[in-house]
Amino acid sequence: MSENINQPQLETFSYDDKTVKMFSIATLVWGAVAMLVGVTAAFELASWRVNLGLEWITFGRLRPLHTNAAIFAFAGNAIFAGTYYSLQRLCKARLYSKTLSYIHFWGWQAIIVSAAVTLLSGFTTGKEYAELEWPIDIAITLIWVAFAVNFFGTLFNRREKHIYVAIWFYIATIVTVALLHIVNSLAFPVSLMKSYSIYAGAQDALIQWWYGHNAVAFFLTTPFLGLMYYFIPKAINRPIYSYRLSIVHFWSLVFIYIWAGPHHLLYTALPEWLQTLGMVFSISLWAPSWGGMINGLLTLRGAWDRVRREPVLKFLATAVTFYGMSTFEGPLLSIKSVNQLAHYTDWIVGHVHSGTIGWNYFLTAGMLFYMVPKLWNTKLYSVALGNLQFWTGTVGLLLYIISMWVAGVTQGSMWQAIDPHTGVLVYPDFVETVVRIVPMYWVRAFGGTLVLLSFLIMIYNLWQTIRNSPKEQPEQKFQALALKARDQKAHSDQGHRRLEGLPAFFTVLTVLAVVVGTAIEIIPSFMAKQFVVKNDDVKPYTPLELAGRDIYIREGCYNCHSQMIRPLVAERLRYGAPSQAAESIYDHPFQWGSRRIGPDLARVGGKYPNMWHYRHMLNPRAVTSGSIMPSYQWLFQNKSQLDILPKKLNVMKALGVPYSDEEIENAVTLAKEQAELITETLAESGVPPEMKDKQIIPLIAYLQRLGTDLGPTLLQEEEEAARK
Amino acid sequence: MSILLILIPISVLIAAFFVACFILSSKNGQFEDLETPAFRMLSDGDKEKNQRSNK
Repeated sequence: MSENINQPQLETFSYDDKTVKMFSIATLVWGAVAMLVGVTAAFELASWRVNLGLEWITFGRLRPLHTNAAIFAFAGNAIFAGTYYSLQRLCKARLYSKTLSYIHFWGWQAIIVSAAVTLLSGFTTGKEYAELEWPIDIAITLIWVAFAVNFFGTLFNRREKHIYVAIWFYIATIVTVALLHIVNSLAFPVSLMKSYSIYAGAQDALIQWWYGHNAVAFFLTTPFLGLMYYFIPKAINRPIYSYRLSIVHFWSLVFIYIWAGPHHLLYTALPEWLQTLGMVFSISLWAPSWGGMINGLLTLRGAWDRVRREPVLKFLATAVTFYGMSTFEGPLLSIKSVNQLAHYTDWIVGHVHSGTIGWNYFLTAGMLFYMVPKLWNTKLYSVALGNLQFWTGTVGLLLYIISMWVAGVTQGSMWQAIDPHTGVLVYPDFVETVVRIVPMYWVRAFGGTLVLLSFLIMIYNLWQTIRNSPKEQPEQKFQALALKARDQKAHSDQGHRRLEGLPAFFTVLTVLAVVVGTAIEIIPSFMAKQFVVKNDDVKPYTPLELAGRDIYIREGCYNCHSQMIRPLVAERLRYGAPSQAAESIYDHPFQWGSRRIGPDLARVGGKYPNMWHYRHMLNPRAVTSGSIMPSYQWLFQNKSQLDILPKKLNVMKALGVPYSDEEIENAVTLAKEQAELITETLAESGVPPEMKDKQIIPLIAYLQRLGTDLGPTLLQEEEEAARK
Repeated sequence: MSILLILIPISVLIAAFFVACFILSSKNGQFEDLETPAFRMLSDGDKEKNQRSNK
């Protein structure tokens, strides 16, 4: 084949460990920030006073910052550090481009900082884990491309023909995350920091949870599995238990994961068959997930004494155990009858944290304990501190998970409790079910504090390790044959080995697997006519209501309040007729929510007088004793911005919401008129007329509109059906 | 729900595609060597030379 067959060239090279070091340090910094924000948010639920009355750090704004920081800042930097470290060594090649590494690192850190600033300022798209506004979304895409080019460039320059299983997991991550991010973030900008999702209602919900679920799958699972397949064998110096199983693990996971998203929308207004599809695939996920877990754990067989002694293995083994636990819990929760109890409760919150803390944090800790001493050419500062960190973290995590199980099952059962004799709700006041679980919120906050503490111990331990490393750090040189010289052997490589030898072809296959799963679930959502029964009674929001809706989104109300009544007897009794897909066809973005820390708001419109909402937002405890909702005084001080309304309506019209040209032209006047009307009703209770310009008025307008378009008709229909 | 008429054939086609991929790669010896890669990743770059000479 080649003329130089008999003259193999030996090449000398070194690894770009500076980039790995920078990402490792960023992982430590952002991990601490993410956990600190999480602990603060946890205390805010235990006591509403903790936000100190500051709008920037109320739970509704802090929770998105916590999730984004934990996923994209902490886990993100950990992925980049571990990927770049293992990729170079598995490929026996230096990172493709120094410039790209630099852009990747600083670009990502800049995104994180801008995310923190904008989220706390209330700039949000209102879609969970995808809250960042469009300019930052674009920046994420660009930096991700830089990462991808750097990654594939390194892969093409490799001196090792075979592509090890870990790299496949990285490839799946890079390709899928790009796709997820772009599709879900498509939005129509109104201004520099405001946009509306191009999808609405049920379609937006489906796409959002397709994204949300796969953010977990392809950001928190596949890259970390890749890291597991590299760092566990390396740390214990033994091959993976079964390489064959790892191949089966990869293909089945990639193929199945992408379909499981609808399990976040069970019993919602999503078509039933899609819910069932999501459930079936979620349950199927159990097999590959446990295959991977068993593969990781069995690699440690016969070496458990070392797991006891070495922090690296201790963390890695525990991480894999928690991976097994949360991937057992996940499919369990997506069974409809279990989901009925657990959905909207803290059980889900506990489940997520057993994954992010138990799996992602612990795996990252094991990885850093392995990598940092090697990178800085030294030994770990203190094994004792590593053990202390391990036990602090584990006890904290267990307190967290168990308190959330108790809180979730308690609250879920209380919501559904119906007196068998009278047929009425046993706990008609929602706040009763909240007060009952507040002690669990304290336990969770304490557990979370321990986890944060354990992380700080790790930072100290690794900082001392780095500080005590030798001053002189010569770059180690390695030698390997150039890949071309070995091509003579290529023809003997067959089957999967040949597949692995062709990164481009392999990428295409991965993309295909992912795209197909995606297309089948998303294409129908574009065919709105097939999907949503349109109802002429459902009208677009008035300009003032739209302004109020944007305040609702800005304050992150969806973090605590759902807008989706499930077709269950108890929900019918508590909230009214089950929500229909037709009711949210003009909702860009949808606000169905995922958690009920407070009650569902889908039909709150008309339930209380305007004055109730006014008093409630000023001081929730004035109308609901025991409420844990913070006060929103700033809505009573800040003026509402109505001037931008024509622009907003125009964008909505472009997205298919039927506003007339007249409405758009007179949007400001219409809004002011409606604001006057609301203020007049409030004036009867002594509210001064100048309040009409304040943000509370549009918010009341929006809340009073919720669920009123179809609500009364649906109730009538039900009554008629019952009479027949 | 006429959308199912499009969806089901696509699903079946895709499933068939992956089954075909699996069978073909098995026949081509996909599982013939699933040992060495797991061992090879354990060796660091500096030992590369010795490893090669063993082959």
